Amino acid sequence: MEPVIKIENLGKKYILNHRVQEKYVALRDVLTEKAKSIVRPRKAHFHSEREEFWALKDISFEVNRGDRVGIIGRNGAGKSTLLKILSQITEPTTGRAVINGNVVSLLEVGTGFHPELTGRENIFLNGAILGMNKKEIEKKFDEIVAFSEVEKFLDTPVKRYSSGMYVKLAFAVAAHLEPDVLIVDEVLAVGDMAFQKKCLGKMEEVSGQGRTVLFVSHNMQAVQKLCKTGILLKQGSIIANGGIDSVVNKYLETNDVSQAVYDLPVQENSKEIQGYATRIQIEDVNGNLLSEVPIGKRWQVRVFFTLNKNVEHFIVAMGLCNSLDAPVRTIYSTPGLRPAGNYEAVFTSDNILMAADIYSIVIGLSSYENSFYYKEHAAALHISELSELSGDERIVRVSSVGLILNPIDVVINKLG
Amino acid sequence: MNKRTVIEPGGKSKNYWKDLWDYRSLFYFLAWRDVLVRYKQTAIGIAWSVIRPLLTILIMTGIGWLLKAPIPNGIPRFLYVCAATLPWQFFANIFGEASNSLVTNSNLLTKVYFPRLIIPLSTVIVCLIDFFISCGILIVAMVVFRYTPDWKIILLPLFMILTLLTAGGVGLLIASLNVKYRDFKYVIPFILQFGVYVSPIAYSSDSIYNSTSIPQIGKLLYSANPMVGVIDGFRWAILGGNINIYMPGFLVSIGISVFFLILGIWNFRKTEHLFADII
Repeated sequence: MEPVIKIENLGKKYILNHRVQEKYVALRDVLTEKAKSIVRPRKAHFHSEREEFWALKDISFEVNRGDRVGIIGRNGAGKSTLLKILSQITEPTTGRAVINGNVVSLLEVGTGFHPELTGRENIFLNGAILGMNKKEIEKKFDEIVAFSEVEKFLDTPVKRYSSGMYVKLAFAVAAHLEPDVLIVDEVLAVGDMAFQKKCLGKMEEVSGQGRTVLFVSHNMQAVQKLCKTGILLKQGSIIANGGIDSVVNKYLETNDVSQAVYDLPVQENSKEIQGYATRIQIEDVNGNLLSEVPIGKRWQVRVFFTLNKNVEHFIVAMGLCNSLDAPVRTIYSTPGLRPAGNYEAVFTSDNILMAADIYSIVIGLSSYENSFYYKEHAAALHISELSELSGDERIVRVSSVGLILNPIDVVINKLG
Repeated sequence: MNKRTVIEPGGKSKNYWKDLWDYRSLFYFLAWRDVLVRYKQTAIGIAWSVIRPLLTILIMTGIGWLLKAPIPNGIPRFLYVCAATLPWQFFANIFGEASNSLVTNSNLLTKVYFPRLIIPLSTVIVCLIDFFISCGILIVAMVVFRYTPDWKIILLPLFMILTLLTAGGVGLLIASLNVKYRDFKYVIPFILQFGVYVSPIAYSSDSIYNSTSIPQIGKLLYSANPMVGVIDGFRWAILGGNINIYMPGFLVSIGISVFFLILGIWNFRKTEHLFADII
C-alpha cells in the first residue's frame, strides 16, 4: 500500500542576515540602560554577513495510513519547520514530500479567530480557514457546539471569553474536521486537564477511523499515550525513528548529555585586550554539571575568565535573555581591583523562579566605563518544564503564564 | 482519498488558479468577517459610509468654489464633485485595505496554507459595499438638483470595474512589498493624501488639458495618474450632457492601470512563497 506521507531528502535553508545585528543593537540598548560600563558595541563582530542556516536537512521518512506519529526534539530542532513545510506554509529548499489525501494542520489554536466576532461566527470563520465549506460546517455545527462546552456564550464576542473557553471552542472546530492527515503542533499545552484528556481522546478516535496524525509536543506523556511511532529531530536531522517508547527514551537520554559546558571561542585579539572569558558551565549548587534545570532547582553559572593585566574597578556581568530575546535579568559582581591571572566567577540563583524557557547567556567584562569583553549567546540556560516543586499547587508551570513563577500569598475571605 | 499533494521547491505554482477557485469559500468568509467587524462596535455603524464621503464632497466643493475652478455649464458643483469623490473613495478604500491586508492577517499567513491572493481580494467586498452605500448620496443629490442622467449611466459598471482593477493592481503591488519592507506602510497614506489633489476631484480634467500655461509634459504626467481616467469616466457616465472625455489622456490612464495590474499580480505571485518566512 502506498504510504500516506512520503518524504524524501527534505531540507530547508534560511538566510540569516542584517536582522541579527538589529536585534543585537536593541538588546544592547536595553542592557546599557543599567550599566554603560558593561556593554560596549564592538562593531567588528557584527558585520552584515549573510549566514546560511539549515533548519532541516535531509529528512526522509514514510507514514502509513492510520499511523500516529509523534515528532519530538528540543526547541530549534526543526519540528515546527517540518510541520510548516508539510502544511505548505513555507516551501522546502530541497527534496520532496508527497501527501495522499486532505491535510489539516493545527499549528495554533483558533487561527483566524476574530475577537470582535461571536463564538458562532468564529466557528464558521475558523472552519473555513481550516478548509471546511459552509455546508460541512452547518452539518457539524451542533456537534461542535456540544463538544466545546460553551453553548451559553455562543452569541458573545470571543474577546469576552476566558482563555479556557477560547481554546475549547477552537479545538472543538478543529476536532470535527475530517482530514485524511491531521498535523498538530503543541496546541494542547493550553486548556485544563480534563479538556486536554478529551482532546487526546478525540484525536485517538480520529486516528482510529483510519486517519493519520502527526503530533508535535513537549509533553512526553501525551506523546506516548497518543502515538505509536516517533521521530526524534536534532539540529534539523532525524536521529531516531521507530517505536514511540524507544524514541522517547532516546530523547530523554540525549537531553542528559547535551550541553552543560560551553567553551568559548578564542578571539584573535584576546592577547591584546585586558581579559576574556573562556568557558561557561551550568551546574547545580553542588557543582554538578546540569544541562537542563527543572523549575525550582537552584542553579549556578560558572564563568571562567582570564585577565591579561591588573584591572581596576573590574566587573563581571551576566545577562539572561529569554527565547524571545527579551532581557530578563542582568547580574553584576561588586567592582574591585583584580590582578592578572585566571579566574572563575560563580553566579548562583536566588529564590526567583523563572519560567521554563531556554535563556541565552550574555557575558561582559569591564573596567570603569570601559567594556573590554562582551559575548552574546555565550551559553544557554535551559529551565525545563519538569519541576521539583510539583507539590506546590500554586505554581503554574505551563509556558505563557509569565516570566516569574513565584507564588505570592492569596487570601480568600468569605464575605457575609 | 483523492487529493494528492506534492510539496517541492517552487512546486506550488502549477495548480495555483485551480487552488484559488477551490478556496472560494475562504474568500467568502474572510469578506464576511471584514463586513461584520467593520460595523461592530461603531455607534452609528453604516452611517460612516455616508458621512466620510459626504464631508469630503462638501470640502472639495467648497475648495473648488473658493478657487473658482471652472466646471462645465449646467452642472451643480456639488454633483460634479460628488461624481468624482465616490470613485476616489472607492479607490482609496480598496487600495488602503488591500495594501495592509497581508500584514494585518499575518497570523493566518504563518499558520495556514491557502492561495495568498485571497486575502487582498477579500478586502474588496467591504469596499464595494461601502461604495454602494455612498452612492446613495449621489442619488439623493440628483433628485435634489433634478438632474436626469442620460443613457451613458448604464456604462457606469464598466468604470467601476476599471476602478477596481486600478486599485487592485496598485494594492497587490504595495501589499507584497509591504511584507518585506514595512516602509510602504508610510507610503500608503502619503499616496492617498497626495492623490486627492492630483486627481480631478475639486476641478475638472478639461481645465488641465485646455490650459495654456501647463506644458505638454505636465499634461502627460497628469494623465499618467490612473485615477484621472477613472474619474473622467465616472463623470462622463454619470453626468452625461456636455461632458467629453479627452481620449489621449484617458487611454494613457488606462494603460497605466493595466501596467500596474500586471506588475502587481506578477510581483505578488513571485514573492508569495516567501511571505510566511519574512512577514
